[in-house]
Amino acid sequence: MTAALSVDSLWKIFGPRSDKIIGTPDAELSRADLKAKTGNVVGVKDVSFEVAPGEVFVVMGLSGSGKSTLVRLLTRLIEPTAGSVTLGGVDITNASEADLREVRRQKVSMVFQHFGLLPHRQVIDNVAYGLEVRGIAKKERRAKAGEIVDLVGLSGYEKSYPDQLSGGMQQRVGLARALAGDPEMLLFDEPFSALDPLIRRDMQNEVIRLHRELGKTMVFITHDLAEALKLGDRIMILRDGAIVQIGTPDEVVARPADDYVKDFVSEVPKAHVLTLKWVMREPRDGEAMDGPTLPVTTVVRQAARAAIASDAPIRVVDGDTLVGVVDEEDIMRVVVAEEEG
Amino acid sequence: MRTTRSRGARLGVLATAAVMVLSACGGGSIDEQTQANEEQAAEGGGECGDLNMAVNPWVGYEASAYVVGTVAQEQLGCTVNYKELKEDVSWQGFGTGEVDVVIEDWGHPDLEKKFFAEEGDGSAEDFGPQGNVGIIGWFVPPWLAEEHPDILDWENLNQYASEFETSESGGKGQFLGADPSYVQFDEAIVSNLDLDFQVVFSGSEAASIEAFRKAEENKEWVIGYWYEPQYFNAEVAMQRVSLPPYEEGCQDDPQDVACDYPETELKKIVGTEWAASDSTAVDLVRNFTWTNEDQNVVAGYIAADGMSPEDAAAKWIEENQDKVDAWLG
Amino acid sequence: MTATAPAPPRRVEPDAAPPVVEDSGISRWVPAAAVVVLWVVVWAFTRGTDTLDLPSLSRTDLHDRLTEIQNGLLEGRSTNPVMQFTNAIADAFRGTVDWLQRLLSKPAFPRPVPEIGWLGVTALATYVGLVVASWRIAVLVLASFLSFGVLGYWDQSMDTLIIVLISVLLAVVIGMPLAVWIGTNARANAVVTVFLDLMQTMPTFVYLLPIVLFFGIGTSAAVVATLIYALPPIIRIAGFGIREVPATTIEATDSAGQTYWQRLLKVQLPMARKTIIVGLNQTTLAALSMATLASFVDGPGLGKPVLQGLRVNDVGTAFVPGALIVVMAVMLDRTTTAASERSERVARGGGHRNPRLRRVVVAGGAVVALVAVYLSRTYVSLAEFPTYSIGRTISSGVSDVVDAIKDTFGGVTGGLKDGVTEGLLNPVQSVLADSPWYVSFVAIAALALVFGGVRALVITVVCLLGVLWLDLWNDAMVTLNMTLVATVLVMALALVFGVWMARDRRVDLGIRPLLDAGQTIPPFVYLIPVLALFGPGRFTAIVAGIVYAAPAAIKLVADGVKGVSPTTIEAGRSTGQTTWQEITKVQLPMAKGSLVLATNQGLLYVLSMTVIGGLVGAGALGFDVVYGFSRSEAWGKGAAAGLTIVLIGVMLDRITRAASDVRRDDGPGTRRAFSLRLPIGPPGN
Repeated sequence: MTAALSVDSLWKIFGPRSDKIIGTPDAELSRADLKAKTGNVVGVKDVSFEVAPGEVFVVMGLSGSGKSTLVRLLTRLIEPTAGSVTLGGVDITNASEADLREVRRQKVSMVFQHFGLLPHRQVIDNVAYGLEVRGIAKKERRAKAGEIVDLVGLSGYEKSYPDQLSGGMQQRVGLARALAGDPEMLLFDEPFSALDPLIRRDMQNEVIRLHRELGKTMVFITHDLAEALKLGDRIMILRDGAIVQIGTPDEVVARPADDYVKDFVSEVPKAHVLTLKWVMREPRDGEAMDGPTLPVTTVVRQAARAAIASDAPIRVVDGDTLVGVVDEEDIMRVVVAEEEG
Repeated sequence: MRTTRSRGARLGVLATAAVMVLSACGGGSIDEQTQANEEQAAEGGGECGDLNMAVNPWVGYEASAYVVGTVAQEQLGCTVNYKELKEDVSWQGFGTGEVDVVIEDWGHPDLEKKFFAEEGDGSAEDFGPQGNVGIIGWFVPPWLAEEHPDILDWENLNQYASEFETSESGGKGQFLGADPSYVQFDEAIVSNLDLDFQVVFSGSEAASIEAFRKAEENKEWVIGYWYEPQYFNAEVAMQRVSLPPYEEGCQDDPQDVACDYPETELKKIVGTEWAASDSTAVDLVRNFTWTNEDQNVVAGYIAADGMSPEDAAAKWIEENQDKVDAWLG
Repeated sequence: MTATAPAPPRRVEPDAAPPVVEDSGISRWVPAAAVVVLWVVVWAFTRGTDTLDLPSLSRTDLHDRLTEIQNGLLEGRSTNPVMQFTNAIADAFRGTVDWLQRLLSKPAFPRPVPEIGWLGVTALATYVGLVVASWRIAVLVLASFLSFGVLGYWDQSMDTLIIVLISVLLAVVIGMPLAVWIGTNARANAVVTVFLDLMQTMPTFVYLLPIVLFFGIGTSAAVVATLIYALPPIIRIAGFGIREVPATTIEATDSAGQTYWQRLLKVQLPMARKTIIVGLNQTTLAALSMATLASFVDGPGLGKPVLQGLRVNDVGTAFVPGALIVVMAVMLDRTTTAASERSERVARGGGHRNPRLRRVVVAGGAVVALVAVYLSRTYVSLAEFPTYSIGRTISSGVSDVVDAIKDTFGGVTGGLKDGVTEGLLNPVQSVLADSPWYVSFVAIAALALVFGGVRALVITVVCLLGVLWLDLWNDAMVTLNMTLVATVLVMALALVFGVWMARDRRVDLGIRPLLDAGQTIPPFVYLIPVLALFGPGRFTAIVAGIVYAAPAAIKLVADGVKGVSPTTIEAGRSTGQTTWQEITKVQLPMAKGSLVLATNQGLLYVLSMTVIGGLVGAGALGFDVVYGFSRSEAWGKGAAAGLTIVLIGVMLDRITRAASDVRRDDGPGTRRAFSLRLPIGPPGN
């Protein structure tokens, strides 16, 4: 299966004559050194990755890590300095203005941190905006937008104006606007970081629900590790514009690529994230092998009860094959380590 | 919707009725007058056509312009357009047909050079004197002339110089210069006669009048550039200070002037094209001539009595129909 | 990371040094004082030498060369293709205005009256007010139109309206594309802003003559002059509005795949709408304020009677038409504002409580208006406004009041004039203008460096070199002196009244309408009584400048002080500060941005009155401009003086801007005001 999105050696350097830097030794300098030497700032540094259709791919990093720049490069809201982006089979980096517009209209939509709604338009017309710029007739696009408004739970607010809605509801409008065009892929640029925690949780669940129902490919930018772990099929961690690690949530937590990531994930409740894969071991000689079986993808926390209830170690299986065992003590080590931390 | 229409209609009827009542108490019919105008036009009574009369910015000029204009309009049926312009701009208008007549010209050699046929583009021509005699000179308010009669001779000015000092004159006596559009050599005269004065320009006729009026009321010391005909002289009879007498050629080089201003015959200047037309107003303007007293009367109506220029002109015409008849030939 | 625009992200690098602490405002005064002291010392030994003094009626070769340019154009006017073109445009303007005048204000031969009489025009205007705004506005419009007629200036008012409407229409047609351009392109913004600055500092008198040359006399010149003056506000303000549309919204809608035109028409223009309306209002008011000056080239309208008042030296004659200009300004401002608010309300579906009633009113109103038009075409008394004596009564009343004031205060005013002249004007002028030119040059440049840094220094040096080249150095110094002294007095007034207004709502309510009127009434109206009180001279010019500039400065200070956060004031009060401490230690320092802006505006407003000063004996550059406008042989000198005024304006503007640290400690309001450079305050906000 071909990738929904494929990014190859993508660079973005801000500043004068930025295109002259790539390929020279300067490109290897640290961000601060390059700034001091040339006045240029690296936004995204030699980034390559692929996203499979239907996958939720999370890009994670702190302020200034280049994640927002990266997501804008994907649809060329910002012009890349070098590298290529292929989205839904279209070479974005070399697309003409018209082709690019077509991609934005048909294939990909984006949800923004600060919503970016049109204050002079009603909810329904904000949602229908993408359809409007495609030239779809008013009646048709309003009907379509109405469905989407219902889908995101805003029924009854069609005629409201953005400034009459709460932040969470405004972001639902942003979500609806992105969905209205029925794109293949959704890009989220820290969509929930301006919302308060309870509403953020609701919206995250909403995204999970929509993903389950609609199965869209999603690229999700966030600075919140918990959010990344909760939503992501895979997580890519950026630092100073460069990739530090790409992996599944449990990979990232269990095997941080470096101290930077380690520091990051140290606060994560590991029992909630790690699967048995990361705690199981070879059976010892003489161990009872009649304990219950659990799939290798089971999260540690869920395995805890079974481990405590059983005298024998749990048998961890991948399909029908036994891949290892885990006993009460192994599990307690993860949980207790957490509490002490 | 039916109610709408009927209510709207009712409102309309109501308003119509109200206005009918209003109009019944005060109005002739426009149609009748339109018809009359058309008939008059058909008879060919309007041979005069348009008369574009420049109105330069001083009241005396305004008096001349409106008297001629009113006669042209009332007795020749011209459409008179008064154009309020400074001299320079007025002269520029001859070539484009925007101005036909400048009724009171105090002498502009530079403009004559540009627009008369001899040296310039020939768009303007001299239509002869209009009867007024322009007297330019140095004047003091009457109280000063009365209390210090010797001040009326320039040779005694220096002994009073300190009295004329103001905060504007930098330690010397202040000489009040005029509106910059006027012909004036006072800076040169002061320096060539070794007078201990500094020329401070009032900037406009209004500013000069205000200064003189205040000086006479409060017995303040003031000396300045002033002229005749000028309605203000009827209110405050400004007294002329004699300078070394004017001789032919003594004002040729502006830097070396050390003599008094000459008496100027005020002229009429007109557009060449207009003068060659068969407008009946051409002869009126050619024949127009009156005296300084006449002009001062009309200017006084306007400035002192606050009449509109039209009313002032009409009043004078009524009182002086014989003079007007002479212009009409 | 929040870099949402393609600009380098600005962040504090982890190991970068802490930001350099800016010099506080106070410390600048020390080097500034040193420069002044040094200047005075040098002046004491060198005064009177190399002052480049040029007698008022003398000219230099440069001035004569400039005059030659104008003469050359004048001689070739029948063959010059550019002038053929401008003449064709002028004819179009004349034709349009003439057509409208026959419709509204002058006899449409063979009819003895215009096509539509006063009743019809009033009814139509009221109806428009009712439909686009509200019944309140309709009443305002009705009252305004009736006042035009009742006070005896119906025809002139219609003429002014015609000129204003045509000019504003053209300003929108020309200005909006430029506004879009500068709103979407930073480089275009930088370039166009320079031209707008020049247009707004150039004294009108200077471009009146070239306009006459290219567009002829009368209505065409009036339209062009008004257009030039009215154009900058809409470009500036609408451009600002478009630029201000949040980047997120642009990005969000771009990512939906919109085209350039979809972005412009569906996002940028609608979101900038309110600001664009403000620009439109400012443009309208600017157009109105040109009404008097356009009369210098025979432009029709209310300016004519105002100038007539100046000519016969009667404040009453000028007052009534001047007040009608204010009435017209209020009417136009309120109507456009209300119309804009209403259209927004309707768009939001909150239009009318009773749509059926509305339909009845609209339809009925149309019928009434049409009937009124018909009647006004039929009966003379409904076509020509009946004559009332009330206008004259007001005129003579105003004259009497002014006379009484003159008689009462005649003695005091002389002392005030001499005090300010001897105590402030003469000493400063002596240092500025009696120093050798190179001493003043260096000293001014040094002060620019102290207050505005290197950028201000560069611009100041360029401007001063320009002044030097134009051969009017001494006059420029005298004018600069008057401008500085007047601005000091303006700021004194602004501080006193601004703080007072900010601290007491009732005072604000009472004073603000006066300030609004003061900003809109033509300066010629108050020039007459000021002249009568103080006589010709620099002081009179300064007073006129202060009257013109103070309202804007007072309002800016009042709004700035009012804008200080109440929390900060509360926090201050909780420490037990006195009222005086509260004003001097909290409110004024925190309103610093507004104070600098008020100074900036004060300087430019006062400077723009320089030419008016030339009419009342202030001499210097103002006199030169008037002289050049009056006598063709001196045209070049007038033009040079006009350019010199522009250079001084640019110099003062840049120094104050650079001094203000706009980027650092001012709120968005100040930055906004700086980039808009409102020419006149809207009456009532």
